[in-house]
Amino acid sequence: MITAEQKPIDEIRKMIAPYKRILVLGCASCVAECAAGGEKETAMLASTLRMAARMNQEDVVIQEKTLERQCVKDFVILLDDILDNYDAILSLGCGAGVQAVADMYEDIPVIPALNTEFIGETKDQGLWVENCLGCGDCMLYYFGGVCPLARCSKHLLNGPCGGSKDGRCEVNPDIPCAWQLIIDRLSRFNALDRLEEIYPPKDWSKKQGKGPRKIIREDQQK
Amino acid sequence: MNSSHSLKQILGQGHFAVTAECGPPKGADPEIILKKAEYLKDKVDAINVTDNQTAIVRMSSLAACALLKSAGLEPVLQMVVRDRNRIALQSDILGAAALGIQNVLCLSGDHQSFGNQPQAVGVFDLDSIQFIQTVKAMRDEGVILGGESLSKAPDIFIGAAANPFADPLSFRVTRLAKKVKAGADFIQTQCIYNLDRFRSWMKQVADRGLAEQTYILGGVTPLKSAGMAKYMKNRVAGMDVPDEIIKRMEGVPKDKQREEGIRICVETIEQLKEIPGVKGVHIMAIEWEEAVGEIAERAGLLPRPAVE
Repeated sequence: MITAEQKPIDEIRKMIAPYKRILVLGCASCVAECAAGGEKETAMLASTLRMAARMNQEDVVIQEKTLERQCVKDFVILLDDILDNYDAILSLGCGAGVQAVADMYEDIPVIPALNTEFIGETKDQGLWVENCLGCGDCMLYYFGGVCPLARCSKHLLNGPCGGSKDGRCEVNPDIPCAWQLIIDRLSRFNALDRLEEIYPPKDWSKKQGKGPRKIIREDQQK
Repeated sequence: MNSSHSLKQILGQGHFAVTAECGPPKGADPEIILKKAEYLKDKVDAINVTDNQTAIVRMSSLAACALLKSAGLEPVLQMVVRDRNRIALQSDILGAAALGIQNVLCLSGDHQSFGNQPQAVGVFDLDSIQFIQTVKAMRDEGVILGGESLSKAPDIFIGAAANPFADPLSFRVTRLAKKVKAGADFIQTQCIYNLDRFRSWMKQVADRGLAEQTYILGGVTPLKSAGMAKYMKNRVAGMDVPDEIIKRMEGVPKDKQREEGIRICVETIEQLKEIPGVKGVHIMAIEWEEAVGEIAERAGLLPRPAVE
């Protein structure tokens, strides 16, 4: 999923300051799973902003709504009937959600309330970790299901570097050395010989070759 | 040291090679490099110039190598893949060769978070092994990545680093084998203080036949103080400083610790000379280039052999 964290409240307050009628818009998908922009977080942010407005005697209307997904047109369209009541949207979607909404409604500013972080997994309660770069050419098979591009601090395809110590990464002892994980896992499958091979330079054109990527599936089109 | 490719020739003729390291200044003054060069002249066969080591902005390694070259010394251009993508790396290899720089050490580089620009993007488009392979193809086949031909191939003696002291131990020799397979003509190791572990690594290296396929130069760094020894042990990843070394440094008064550091360094070099497969020594006297001559003298490495 896509993970995100809420921006500092002062930054949000500064961005919405010029507006009088604000829709705080949540998203019940990825950002709900990482407890950043779901229904609950949206209600909490709206109420915090209302309270701050009252304390400062500002005459502002702040209401909230949560869509199933902000990044899918079929759901965004549900805003058609209510948007006349607002002069700004404060979105708790990921970067894709913010832009999908903005793309649909050209005349109303859409302000991000979150910092979108990474593609990752929910490791534990309150713990999310990055494990995919979305490189467009998955190599997990070769590395025992551990991605060195996302999880090695130097993105080495032929690691580990000289900074692997006791299974930890020199860059940050809180993170495991991805190459130690790769070696441990491949040795469990008797597949360490895969690492004798020199992996060639990554083809980054699949990630950033010609600007933003798109997927076209004719079988899915109406 | 005026002749071309002296490091390659010295190793090829079976002499025990000596290289040193020289860090460029945090400024635009060429005099600092030239002064360091003066200390090292005729004491070593070639001089490594570090590439923004520990991710701290310094004068470019390529420019400092050109200065050394013009002063009649043979440089080893260190290049890290942290700051340049494959276009820039290949371009700089061509530029280096055009300037007469003939030795390149291909490295990953210290992570940008350690230095004074922690907000920089870490490029790492190629890794050090892919970079070695790229330089080899440029030299031997006259082609760049993707196969396009060069008008003139760069004549580069290709070096790489090895750290016998990092983890996982079982994989360190495999990684060296990959560097050799990629095209590393010579290897300079991480600083050696734990000779037992280095010997057991060298044995595995020799057993795999790697000591005949590449020239291995053992890295040494003279300690300036007991504090430096402890710092390296505790704070520098991939360093192995045994307690005996720290005790030895602590056992002498502060004003004698530099002398003790030089003595340990000389003893280490004498041991390295006896280890099968070790073809030379790389003396990294960090901001202490003036110590290199004395170390080389006392370790019986002077005068340096003349090459054609």
